[in-house]
Amino acid sequence: MSSSLAIQRENIRKLFPDTFKQARKSRLRGQIIFFLVLVYLIVGFFTLDVVDIPKKWKPQNAAMFVLDTYAHKDHVTMKWENHEDIKIAFEGNYRSVYGRDNLDKSIPDWFYKNSDNVGNVVEFNNKGKAILYKDKVEIVNFPKYERGFTIKLNSNGKPYLVGSEDLVIENLKGFRITENRVEFRPTLYERIQVYPKKVEIHRYSIGWKYFWFDFSSPLEPYTFFEALGLTFSKERVVPEMSNLKLFLTEIKDNEAFMHGRVWWAMLETIVMAVLGTMFATVMALPLSFLAAYNVTPIKALRFTLRRLFDTLRGIDFLIWSLIFLRAFGPGPFTGIFAIGFTDTGTLGKLFSEAIENTEKKQQEGVQSTGASKFLQHRFGIIPQILPIFVSQSLYYLESNTRGAVIIGAMGAGGIGLQFLGALGTGNDFENVAYMAILVLAVVIFMDRLSAWLRRILIGSDQLIVR
Amino acid sequence: MTKALPANLEQIEVNLKKLTNQRTRSSLLGIAILILIFFGGTLVSLEANAGSFGRGIANFFNYPRDLFVDTFEMGWKYWPRVIKYIPELIITLNIALFSTSIGFILAIIFAIFSSRNLIRNKRVIQFTKFLMDVTRSFPTLIIAMVFLYLMGKSSLPAVIAITIHTAGALGKLFTEAIENCDGKPIEGLSSVGATWTQKIRFSVLPQVLPLFLSYGILRLEINVRESTILGFVGAGGIGEMLAALIQWNYGADVLACMFLLVGTIIALDYLSAYWRHKLIGANQ
Repeated sequence: MSSSLAIQRENIRKLFPDTFKQARKSRLRGQIIFFLVLVYLIVGFFTLDVVDIPKKWKPQNAAMFVLDTYAHKDHVTMKWENHEDIKIAFEGNYRSVYGRDNLDKSIPDWFYKNSDNVGNVVEFNNKGKAILYKDKVEIVNFPKYERGFTIKLNSNGKPYLVGSEDLVIENLKGFRITENRVEFRPTLYERIQVYPKKVEIHRYSIGWKYFWFDFSSPLEPYTFFEALGLTFSKERVVPEMSNLKLFLTEIKDNEAFMHGRVWWAMLETIVMAVLGTMFATVMALPLSFLAAYNVTPIKALRFTLRRLFDTLRGIDFLIWSLIFLRAFGPGPFTGIFAIGFTDTGTLGKLFSEAIENTEKKQQEGVQSTGASKFLQHRFGIIPQILPIFVSQSLYYLESNTRGAVIIGAMGAGGIGLQFLGALGTGNDFENVAYMAILVLAVVIFMDRLSAWLRRILIGSDQLIVR
Repeated sequence: MTKALPANLEQIEVNLKKLTNQRTRSSLLGIAILILIFFGGTLVSLEANAGSFGRGIANFFNYPRDLFVDTFEMGWKYWPRVIKYIPELIITLNIALFSTSIGFILAIIFAIFSSRNLIRNKRVIQFTKFLMDVTRSFPTLIIAMVFLYLMGKSSLPAVIAITIHTAGALGKLFTEAIENCDGKPIEGLSSVGATWTQKIRFSVLPQVLPLFLSYGILRLEINVRESTILGFVGAGGIGEMLAALIQWNYGADVLACMFLLVGTIIALDYLSAYWRHKLIGANQ
């Protein structure tokens, strides 16, 4: 059976030798291309140091970064020389100290006197406790640890873990002991560090605390909805201003999340994208008519305009924004003109091609009624290119929103620069996450908005190219 | 009969007028909204901008002029300078090409798992589409800056960021291409008992590969620009060099880098148009 099949195959091969040769040839070409791509990928792998990813990837840093984007921490600090003066500060910020100054901020309920009335207890979310004494720190009640630990200072003033010599290695999990520091970090959420001078405890909780109202705000004791309810009551929280005004200013002037500044920056970025696209569209439409051969008979003008479009597009918006940054300084104008100039080139090219591809009959129909050249273009060409015009402009509006974020980060201001700043501080990662989410939301919103506008204006949300 | 016709015509006339009025109204409304956005935006810009608009216009040509003057002063010694920056340009091109290739492969995988005619399971399709939406929407710059922070200065963050973005952006286009491809070859292969992978290999892939390659080339062009920009925030290549030169105010060198960049971008522009024309013909 199989041998007869093979004979048949041979016969077919003999009947159509050219077809088979060609097939083998094209297959060979495909294999060669595949092989070349593979070789390039291997070369790229080494030239771009992709092999170094495991070496450069610091899981500790990444874990801290991720932890800080969704959690907040309170610092508890005790100096050995004055063990009664314990400072509890939100994120270790000297301006956000509990129970200090005239802020009337009560001590959080996870910090209390021990039952022996001597030590002070810091209770973690997992019920583990660190008890601070005059001369030692006791660590008790941690899940997965069968016994408690004691950390003391030796005669040289260096911290040590009491009885660490007779502990089994598994039980020592979570400890990192160096000459000047004993650190206990059973999970990412609890961290106890003992130094020769002080004890520092970081207590993590999940969530963005003080997202609406910051630490020192008079509205801080209330949740968002409680505060919203308060705006309807006549009793003023602070005598100086009405509750509604207080509510709004407190959100706007939030020191931790800086809503006012972030939203203003976001607005700047959106303005850059929208006005930049408008500028480009308004510039490109008349120019594209002048660059189309069925409208403009002068060849030199068309050629000049075509090269102008190429140049505008070729000088990427990166370089445009550098030039405009020198002229206008940081601010939306830089972004508007950088986007506008680049996209005048892109849209001009697209529109002029669209005009050249229009049906000639409609224009002739208008011409047959004795209409002037202007009216011929108005009623013969514009209705044909309008869908392309709208759909392309809206598409570029969406992609320019991303572009505006980038121009902002290169110095033009807006959310890009704010993002760069927050990342640069090295510890405000919740702000980094907040802004990233905001940018993502705005980009997706613009995407949906332009699809929606396309649908109601031209009846299809697909991008029309030609 | 003769009396009814004018009445009918009158009705048509009334309807027509109503329609034109409605159209004019909505056009006027649209224009009003655009004007409002324009003035609102201008107000925001004037408020937020550091320098004034008028001075900016006046200063516009200063910087380009400085650059050109600096260049002319150098005379013929200028050309070795331009050549000096070509290795940096190659790094940038390498980043773009490598991450486009990897992103291309990832995008094909994404597209296969989010095409309705290849996958039956709705959950899988939704999940893949969501994944593509997210990877596509993040500006590459944001991903790159986070990775730059975590991994230190090198080209890797740029590679990662561009790869992620490319996978999402190409994945969406590829999905559309696969969903729009002809179903008959797939049916034909099903009828001879082909497996799922065989169907993809012999019926879907030959149909969509030219389109894929064309999109990929277009993406490569975009990614060269992207990798330059990422260089600007510290990912290496000609972007980083340009940022440094601008800071040091080396006018001639800045112009040399800009020349290289613009030349590359324009060359790629023509090259990609030519390739795509060859791949999928004129009118697609």
